[in-house]
Amino acid sequence: MTDWIDIGTLADIPQRGARTIRFGDGQIAGAKEIAVFRTGDDHVFALVNECPHKKGPLSQGIVHGHSVACPLHNWNIALKTGEAQGADEGCTPTIAVKQEGGRILIARPASLKAAA
Amino acid sequence: MDFQNNGPETANEEPLFVPSEDVREHLVVVGNGMAGCRAVEELLARDKDRYRVTIFGAEPYVNYNRIMLSPVLAGEKSFDDIVINSREWYSDNDIELIAGDPVTAIDRAAKTVTSHSGRTVGYDKLLIATGSDPFIIPVPGKDLPGVISFRDMKDVDTMLEAAGKGGDAVVIGGGLLGLEAAHGLTLRGMKVTVIHLMDTLMERQLDEAAGWLLKSALEGRGQTILTGANTEAIYGDGRVEGVRLKDGREIPASLVVMAVGIRPSTALAREAGLEVNRGIKVDDHMVTSDPDVLAVGECVEHDGNVYGLVAPLWDMCRSLADGLTDQHTGYKGSVTSTKLKVAGLDVFSAGDFSGGEGCEDIVLRDASRGVYKRVIVKDDRIVGAVLYGDTVDGGWYFDLLRKGEDVADIRDLLIFGQAFASGGGALDPKAAVAALSDDAEICGCNGVSKGQVVACISAGNGSLDAVRATCKASASCGSCTGLVENLLAVVLGDDVKSGPKTMCKCTSFTHDDVRREIVAQNMRSIPEVMQLLHWSTPDGCSSCRPALNYYLLCALPGEYQDDQQSRFVNERMHANIQKDGTYSVVPRMWGGLTNPTELRAIADVVEKYNAPMVKVTGGQRLDIFGIRKEDLPAVWADLNAAGMVSGHAYGKSLRTVKTCVGSEWCRFGTQDSTGLGVKIERMTWGSWMPHKFKIAASGCPRNCAEATIKDFGVVCVDSGYELHVGGNGGIHVRATDLLCKVSTEQEALDYCAAFIQLYREEARYLERTAPWIERVGVEYVKGRIVEDETGREALRARFLYSQSFSQDDPWAERAAGANAELHQPLEPRMPFGVIAAE
Repeated sequence: MTDWIDIGTLADIPQRGARTIRFGDGQIAGAKEIAVFRTGDDHVFALVNECPHKKGPLSQGIVHGHSVACPLHNWNIALKTGEAQGADEGCTPTIAVKQEGGRILIARPASLKAAA
Repeated sequence: MDFQNNGPETANEEPLFVPSEDVREHLVVVGNGMAGCRAVEELLARDKDRYRVTIFGAEPYVNYNRIMLSPVLAGEKSFDDIVINSREWYSDNDIELIAGDPVTAIDRAAKTVTSHSGRTVGYDKLLIATGSDPFIIPVPGKDLPGVISFRDMKDVDTMLEAAGKGGDAVVIGGGLLGLEAAHGLTLRGMKVTVIHLMDTLMERQLDEAAGWLLKSALEGRGQTILTGANTEAIYGDGRVEGVRLKDGREIPASLVVMAVGIRPSTALAREAGLEVNRGIKVDDHMVTSDPDVLAVGECVEHDGNVYGLVAPLWDMCRSLADGLTDQHTGYKGSVTSTKLKVAGLDVFSAGDFSGGEGCEDIVLRDASRGVYKRVIVKDDRIVGAVLYGDTVDGGWYFDLLRKGEDVADIRDLLIFGQAFASGGGALDPKAAVAALSDDAEICGCNGVSKGQVVACISAGNGSLDAVRATCKASASCGSCTGLVENLLAVVLGDDVKSGPKTMCKCTSFTHDDVRREIVAQNMRSIPEVMQLLHWSTPDGCSSCRPALNYYLLCALPGEYQDDQQSRFVNERMHANIQKDGTYSVVPRMWGGLTNPTELRAIADVVEKYNAPMVKVTGGQRLDIFGIRKEDLPAVWADLNAAGMVSGHAYGKSLRTVKTCVGSEWCRFGTQDSTGLGVKIERMTWGSWMPHKFKIAASGCPRNCAEATIKDFGVVCVDSGYELHVGGNGGIHVRATDLLCKVSTEQEALDYCAAFIQLYREEARYLERTAPWIERVGVEYVKGRIVEDETGREALRARFLYSQSFSQDDPWAERAAGANAELHQPLEPRMPFGVIAAE
């Protein structure tokens, strides 16, 4: 059974942009933040806010289609899978997310669940 | 269960409605709308004698087609035209219609319903088809007279009455319903403004490109469309007078139509204790949590889905009727499509057009016809489609989508439509072009036939550009570029010369093409550029979006609305991102000068925010490292308080003006290079450029400010000022070219402004002045700046005009609270902080 956490509404995230959610150090894959993206067509995706390359904050990248370009070295990361696109190789962990009744819900990650 | 006194036997005492001899099972339908009546029709078609039927309706009408309220509003149809079932249908089928008397309670234990007037009727099977209620946004003034929804015939009557008096109307909601209301009111002579919260009209059905086309077309019809507009209040004294937006704008209106959405009407079911989530929960046979109570239509939730379109209703009604007649086929959910026609504007969407993993977009844009088509293919099957302007193939795509047909064989021609893709088996686009007759038209804009293009290619024009230059095919709107390329391939085989490098993979145009067309066609937004120039992706990529944003900003100073999401992080955050995700902050120090107040403020910021490092930059200012994104606005506020503004150390923009001390202090100084540098920086700061731009002013030929490796450099001499351009100290060091020598400080400033503007208008995005000048030649630049006095003056004037809009300190705006959300994380309702603290 997945725990869903209400993180706000679509309007809280800029179109073709992202917001972050912060939590304690190292609780998800050693990372500190989740990035929640809103695409041009209003889909929402959540990834750990770190590029697989040099841990660049993906939330600050340019969102195009269903990808984000990392702000540090322009790696393109697929928002749905977290996979680096093109010749680059690497993968950022994804977090399940859904929209329900105008709210955005993300799955409580397993490590957090254990901590709770 | 407050109705113990009114058992089923009470209902049987109603002689008019309940023939006592009728012993059939009694089906009571709550809701006389499209779903309720369609369900009864389906049932009658299967077994017309099985149930005795009673239908309750809230509205005082027979069953009418709610979808057709728009044509009634628009004056294209009358109410009689949209009636589905006349009184005769009810009487012919022995159906009791109780119209204008809504059911207000259900007693499941007693198996009765009670209506508003107090009438109680017993049932064996109950069907709830209450549809949906318009969603009314909870703003002040929502209950004022003159504020209505667009849901039923009464609303239409209200609108027609208001339209009779003329004046202004506001429609809140730019979805399907809102746009139809707006269109009808426009036709009825009202001046209509549509307020839409999202950035794209009909964002649930259309992608951004199609939404933009729709918006442009509606504006062309006289409607005012405000997207990204958030309603704060509806105001008026005793009656609606207008709508106020969150940004303070007020739009006067004597009529406000709220069409922001619908919600399943579930109150009755909820009070009856049925299981309700977003809608009334039903199984595949439309049975609710009570086996004797069924529900159908917009009020239900099936398998997590709620539908607001008519096609799923029909599917549900079939399954329901099957179930009621013991055939139990079961409803499996619906794939929906939307086809909208507002005053000749054709829009179609179906399936999932949002892309995603494994999805590929096939996009066709035909600017001259105003057509946009996008088909989304995944694993060789169509998963979605968005069509604008030409929707004839909507049904075909939808059919392929629903059947899940493998489209691999027709993929290359899919986007051209059924006639093309299914015709003659010419599946290779090259073969298709080769098969065209010689007089077939290739380029509609310039009237060039296939024979002429082939002759042109055969005469030695072996590239797309050469063909464009010679016979003009594909030289205008470019929509036939693919055809011409195929012809090149057919005629020349592998000898096709590749053209100049395109802007990015999203377009076949070069940077220069795009810039030229933006100006020539007076394009005003990124979606417009993408449409008119046939972009092959829905919203571009991280290469083209920043470039387009800059080109538009440069072409339309003061008018273009900068798109923050098309800027690199540094320009969006007004600071430089570092490898650990923190930012560095560089306040401007005019000409490299500073004072105790500024230095104290910087020192205070460093301590207050624990900045781990401060460094003197190469551009004669101080860089504060390790500032967190959340702290940036506060840091800027502190720096602003000491009189400092953004140094734009993060931008494709004017960076610094480096100076030496000049004649004021230096024993070799010939002119006041420091003072000149400050003046230049005051003139040029805040300007956006194709790339970063650095300036220096040295007071003598010893050149301590290193002016000869800057984009624009001044070297002062006894007799005046040498102006240098195109220097670079980066990977490839390039010394400047001497542009000219001028005798006064004002001339130095004027030439500087003109040179910057020439670079701004003509260099490609991300092209520094050094490669630009290598490309165009310094003689060209001299011709424009030195030899053409009128041209120089015009360039300078354009630069100064543009600067009149760009010298607002972006830090001050952010420090005052603008875009605060960019700096703050989201706060979950169940905060992680609590968990993290453990």
